[in-house]
Amino acid sequence: MANVLINAPKTARRGETIELKALILHPMETGFRPGANGTIIPRNIIQDFTASWNGVEIFRMRMSPAIAANPYVSFCAVASESGVVRLRWSGDNGFAVEESVTVTVT
Amino acid sequence: MSTRRRTFLGLTAAALAAPALVRAQGAAKVVVVGGGFGGATCARFLKRFAPALAVTLVERQKTYTACPFSNEVIAGLRPLERQQFGYDGLARSGVTVATTAATAVDPAARTVMLADGTRLAYDRLVVAPGIDFDWTALPGYDEKAAERLPHAWKAGAQTLLLRRQLEAMRDGGLVVIAVPAPPYRCPPAPYERASQIAWYLKNSKPRSKVLVLDAKDSFSQQPLFRRAWSDLYPDLIEWVPLSQGGNVTSVDPATLTLETDFDSHKADVANVIPPQKAGALARLAGVADRTGWCPVEPTAFESTLQPGIHVLGDAALAGAMPKAASSANAQGKACAAAIADRLAGRPPQAPRLVSGCYTLAAPDYGFSLVGVYRPDKGELREVPGAGGASPLDSDPVLRAQEARYAEGWFRATTGEIFG
Repeated sequence: MANVLINAPKTARRGETIELKALILHPMETGFRPGANGTIIPRNIIQDFTASWNGVEIFRMRMSPAIAANPYVSFCAVASESGVVRLRWSGDNGFAVEESVTVTVT
Repeated sequence: MSTRRRTFLGLTAAALAAPALVRAQGAAKVVVVGGGFGGATCARFLKRFAPALAVTLVERQKTYTACPFSNEVIAGLRPLERQQFGYDGLARSGVTVATTAATAVDPAARTVMLADGTRLAYDRLVVAPGIDFDWTALPGYDEKAAERLPHAWKAGAQTLLLRRQLEAMRDGGLVVIAVPAPPYRCPPAPYERASQIAWYLKNSKPRSKVLVLDAKDSFSQQPLFRRAWSDLYPDLIEWVPLSQGGNVTSVDPATLTLETDFDSHKADVANVIPPQKAGALARLAGVADRTGWCPVEPTAFESTLQPGIHVLGDAALAGAMPKAASSANAQGKACAAAIADRLAGRPPQAPRLVSGCYTLAAPDYGFSLVGVYRPDKGELREVPGAGGASPLDSDPVLRAQEARYAEGWFRATTGEIFG
């Protein structure tokens, strides 16, 4: 089972607006729900999602307990130069995942 | 003129003075529109509970084609004719059968207009609209596309089309089934269909595959299905849930390609089950809300939007009850009892409704889920501990028995309604 799904075009024309999609498996436990024994299940959410293109941040998203499990994010960016798009998720309990895709701009 | 008016007013006053009495004497009229599991059951049981009622069943088609077991038709295990029923049995039981469409409902005047020009007056109207497809919900998928990528979610010509496509497919082909997010008709049916198609492929085209692209992460009777698939069809069925990119976002009928957010799948046979809403009749009667479905109170299934109109079956928002033939059948009886009570001046009894759902993963491999429901705090809720499901660990004898019980349920239910 993949933990992360990413959909980005492999190639794009210079100046073209491209859509990037990313889904990560995560329970997004709210911290408000009682468990089977009646005690509250501790909060366990992703708090930050960022995307950078050749090291320059192009998208940032702050998540809250209201975000559903397995958050799916779709956003657009202008393809200005060939390079690496790095996606990073971080959150409670030291959660940190990083994935990257390469987009060739012609 | 004045004399006639006085006579008319006099009659009205008498009727208002003693409505229960007049109705108990056989004057009450109930019109049922829609002759599927919900509507036909209700019409039949209205005559059984209150033989003096004038009951009219309005249904466009002369022949009803039932959905339960239609997945076996797709697998080539059953002729479509065994799914088909006429309305002669209902007529013999005293129901007036009108083979025509309803074209308008006037809730204030309590009348239904029919396509043949007749205007039917009613004391109570029951609508069982079934489902319609939301042709705008999935880009690329419209009525024309359904001729290339059948939904087969209303039994009949579409069922046979999917069957023919499977027969024509090469060995080694890919069958893709696209499953929508809930609510849709019959929650476990997409997975029964995957099983039945896998049965056909295993026996006739063993190098082929079934790919299920799902818009959700879990489904009805999932552990039993997963067990059946590993018992019967290892490596033949692949299920892609929402969190693995299973949500189909568009289809291309020209190339039989299904796009998800993260992938593209080229099918040899594509079965697209589109998002759904209550049938057109629900909008005609003004009983559907913004969700596309019909809110009802849980005792008599009376619309919360239109007093005097009852809504049954897949179209209704029936709380915890699944959209299934067995639910519609139980609701038809409960609604008939409530209407008979009300028209006789008796207080309606809170019903207990049983919905049973049989699944055939193969001709001799059946399992079931039964739920019991009752009105509770304004909606239908499941009675805890009253229902149950087949055991996950079971021997082949029990699975084979359940397959026979499934056939028994179908014969008994359709016999009770149409026989």
